[in-house]
Amino acid sequence: MTALAPSVPVHDDADPRAPRRRAPRRAAWLPTVVLLIGAIYCLLPVAWVLAASTKGGSSLFTSFTFAPGGDLPANLGDLSAYSGGIYWKWMLNTLLYAGVGGLLSALVSGLSGYTLAKYRFAGRSVIFNVLLAGVLVPGVTLAIPQYLLLAEVGLTDTYWAVLLPNILSPYGIYLARIYAAAAVPDTVLEAARTDGASEGRIFGRVALPMMLPGLVTVFLFQFVAIWNNFLLPFVMLSDDDKFPVTVGLFTLLNQGQTVPALYSVVIVGVLISILPLIALFLTLQRYWRLDLVSGSVKG
Amino acid sequence: MASAVTGRSRRGAASRGVPYLFLAPAIVLFVLFLLLPVGYAVHLSLRKVKVSGLGLGRNSRTEIFAGLENYRTALADPELWGSAGRVLAYGLTLLPIMLGLALLFALLLDRPGVRLARFSRLAIFLPYAVPGLIASMLWGFLYLPAVSPFTDLAGRLGLPGPDPLDGGSVFFAIVNIAVWGGVGFNMIVLFTSLRAIPAEIYESARLDGCTELQLALRIKIPLLLPSLIMTTVFSLIATLQVFTEPLTVRSLTNSISSTWTPLMKIYRDAFAQNDIYSAAAGSVLIAGVTLVVSFGFLRLVQRQAFGSEDR
Repeated sequence: MTALAPSVPVHDDADPRAPRRRAPRRAAWLPTVVLLIGAIYCLLPVAWVLAASTKGGSSLFTSFTFAPGGDLPANLGDLSAYSGGIYWKWMLNTLLYAGVGGLLSALVSGLSGYTLAKYRFAGRSVIFNVLLAGVLVPGVTLAIPQYLLLAEVGLTDTYWAVLLPNILSPYGIYLARIYAAAAVPDTVLEAARTDGASEGRIFGRVALPMMLPGLVTVFLFQFVAIWNNFLLPFVMLSDDDKFPVTVGLFTLLNQGQTVPALYSVVIVGVLISILPLIALFLTLQRYWRLDLVSGSVKG
Repeated sequence: MASAVTGRSRRGAASRGVPYLFLAPAIVLFVLFLLLPVGYAVHLSLRKVKVSGLGLGRNSRTEIFAGLENYRTALADPELWGSAGRVLAYGLTLLPIMLGLALLFALLLDRPGVRLARFSRLAIFLPYAVPGLIASMLWGFLYLPAVSPFTDLAGRLGLPGPDPLDGGSVFFAIVNIAVWGGVGFNMIVLFTSLRAIPAEIYESARLDGCTELQLALRIKIPLLLPSLIMTTVFSLIATLQVFTEPLTVRSLTNSISSTWTPLMKIYRDAFAQNDIYSAAAGSVLIAGVTLVVSFGFLRLVQRQAFGSEDR
């Protein structure tokens, strides 16, 4: 049905350094050094926040900035005590917005991508192209119009206001379509139909499991996109109980302009906020199908 | 869902309704959170508030049709042009540096004989897991003279401390945050497509005496072109809507105005000045420009990026 051969390899790049080509034994030192400089540049701010989060309010401004101090427990205590532990509420809210939003997005993208790849129906390419055009209208540009609209129906300052606009991911649908076309063979679907399975069941029991690696990728993308979308919750929410951690830390930072002691709370808050996502990435990176992004799945 | 397909024929032609049913969630979300907001913004952008009398009475403020007045005002506003020019300069600085570094790192990672490649790859990718706001705070603190290790270091060496938040250099301070946040993701995308190139291509080139540099320039980069185009489009879209980084750095310095980027100006119009009509017009303008720029770019390359499945 498409230009894709059914045998397109959906290869696992869990270990990209696997010796798939014969490498000369000689070490390439210049490239190694250049890459290490890049690595240090990328780790520098994280190393700094690690060191800074161990320092109390006064030593933050006086001691050598990469030398660790011993105030991490105290800073953590300050963070947890701030405004009745609201920081942890922010973290939970973030998990809700990004986690639930990402899951719903992966599901909607999976279903749409599967349908666009595996069914022939009138308007298929029109629907696909219209949905795909959404990629070009980025979420951030939409945040203020979405706010104006939701304000009209009184939905601002609710969890829905942040959750709902983040579910649709045109890019996720595009990825899921490519993935479904490559990973779900038509013969399997035909066999399931011959056995009398309903279309819904075929998607849920046959296609969905086959698309799982692709959907993990869509989930991670959308998780990061929601977690990155600062403007939407920033304009939608005014009740700090519903803030995601990004908006919460931003308000703390702004208060820090007048209360410098808050800076050490902000810094330890920043550290805690990035740890879960870094952990998530280090564990899930082997399931990433980034060859989807570059279009390599198409062979 | 099962009921939707009862009575279909063996050939599956009667399950005609199913695709539409399956696409319904996406279409509903598309309409509610993309089409409607854009439509409503267009509607608002064509209206304005008319104040009669002193504007104190209950019915003294009425919304009336304004035609293109909001657009004319927006386009005549030097602040908009200032911010648009700034974003243009920002994009022209950011994109070559970020994508150039991403390409360089990807090519180096793909080179045989590189040591610690896995460590470097993960370290450079790590900032992708850090949202723009947090990244801006991290760098913001590193820039802030009171806590900056650079100021500290310079002080120890007896040099004057740098102040990246100074009016002249704050532009590059913001570019640096975006480079830091974006280089790893683009590197991984390019690297992944490099790994998908069959190794035999290189073998024969190497046998012909091709050096690694020639290999990169003559074979790898041309083969990477579709991926480079994709990463450019996505980076372009991200660039036009820059907001979070300057807003955050603004909390630490006075060098950034409230209208530093177009989106910041729209935000200020909507929330600080309560002028949703101008904000709507600004939103429509910025969405339109984004659409035109990225669609124009995509049209150039549609065949490679999206074409193969459709026809």
